[in-house]
Amino acid sequence: MYTQGLDQSGRGDSAKSGGESKEQLDAFQARIDAEEKIEAKDWMPEAYRRTLIRQISQHAHSEIIGMQPEGNWLTRAPSLKRKAILLAKIQDEAGHGLYLYGAAETLGVSRDQMVADLLSGKAKYSSIFNYPTLTWADIGAIGWLVDGAAIMNQIPLCRCSYGPYSRAMIRVCKEESFHQRQGFEIMLTLCRGTEEQKAMAQDALNRFWWPSLMMFGPNDSASKHSAQSMAWKIKRFSNDELRQKFIDVTVPQADFLGLTIPDDKLRQNEETGHYEHSEIDWQEFFEVISGNGPCNKERMAKRRKAHDDGAWVREAARAHAAKKADASAAA
Amino acid sequence: MTKQEWPLYEVFIRSKSGLSHRHAGSVHAADDEMALNNARDTYTRRTEGVSIWVVRSDQIVASDPAESSAFFEPAEDKVYRHPTFYDIPDEVENL
Repeated sequence: MYTQGLDQSGRGDSAKSGGESKEQLDAFQARIDAEEKIEAKDWMPEAYRRTLIRQISQHAHSEIIGMQPEGNWLTRAPSLKRKAILLAKIQDEAGHGLYLYGAAETLGVSRDQMVADLLSGKAKYSSIFNYPTLTWADIGAIGWLVDGAAIMNQIPLCRCSYGPYSRAMIRVCKEESFHQRQGFEIMLTLCRGTEEQKAMAQDALNRFWWPSLMMFGPNDSASKHSAQSMAWKIKRFSNDELRQKFIDVTVPQADFLGLTIPDDKLRQNEETGHYEHSEIDWQEFFEVISGNGPCNKERMAKRRKAHDDGAWVREAARAHAAKKADASAAA
Repeated sequence: MTKQEWPLYEVFIRSKSGLSHRHAGSVHAADDEMALNNARDTYTRRTEGVSIWVVRSDQIVASDPAESSAFFEPAEDKVYRHPTFYDIPDEVENL
């Protein structure tokens, strides 16, 4: 998902202990098992803290980088209405990033540190934002599929054991539904339009379907940190469970649009009711997550440039604040 | 030039008149005025509030969770502060 990098890049964080006693760890696990929320200043194992910092900051970075593919179409949205909607959606993504950075900061990591880790390439963000948005239909596909997949993942995160993360996710989920619905509506409008418009929608689905499925991360059998995250109730469902749920709800939506899912092995299992699908191209996934996707370099370059170009504004605001404080102290 | 980050502010929002302000999250800002504007843009994009308080996070005085059982202990043995502590016969009304 937005934090799928956790499944690969963690080098056994959860195994490293912070010198805690068994009594402390047991008491902590008992609180988790009793569905108590853990709050910022509560005692927690170091590994729990580190896992959350990584997961929440990756999630935040994904929201921030996720503004770029959509921003690509801001000046070319087909109408003023679509442009206003897209602008509001992108502003929401920035807001989601800020809620999440705020939640991560409660764990003792600074905003500057997180931003530095993103810019240096140390921190990951979701693979999905390394794909280009080639046509307007891609904006529809992102809202429908990418935000749809995000919702699938984020709803269980509202019940995450860490209070500040859970509250941030509740706020995000309230806003995310608009994103998905506006995306579906773009697709619907295209599908009810001319042949060319419908073909454009199909092309967007073709390109975004598999990357959307990859958002849920590797298969459960290959996911290293799931068990500990499940025990700590940071994660509530496995990657494959969430992916299956997403496929099951999305296929009928594609049918409604009159679009074809680009998978010739896709079929509904009559006994289970679930859709079965072809194997995901994990090679592509690992390439994208390790920096070799179609847009990784462009995304990072743009983020670094925006950060550098904004430096003087941040400095000027500080200087202005200091000057005002001096003036009021003197008065 | 220093590269110091902007201070952190905690944000409290009154969602409508008649309700108290409630903690919403935090924002960074160079000064108080910017903190209010950032809080508005971050936490009330859908008219979630009619009033915002912001306060520098380092100005908040908080109780210590590690000491919370001792801190709140004085209230624990005073069950007589609750109305259910008193046995009143059922036939007595309006009490």
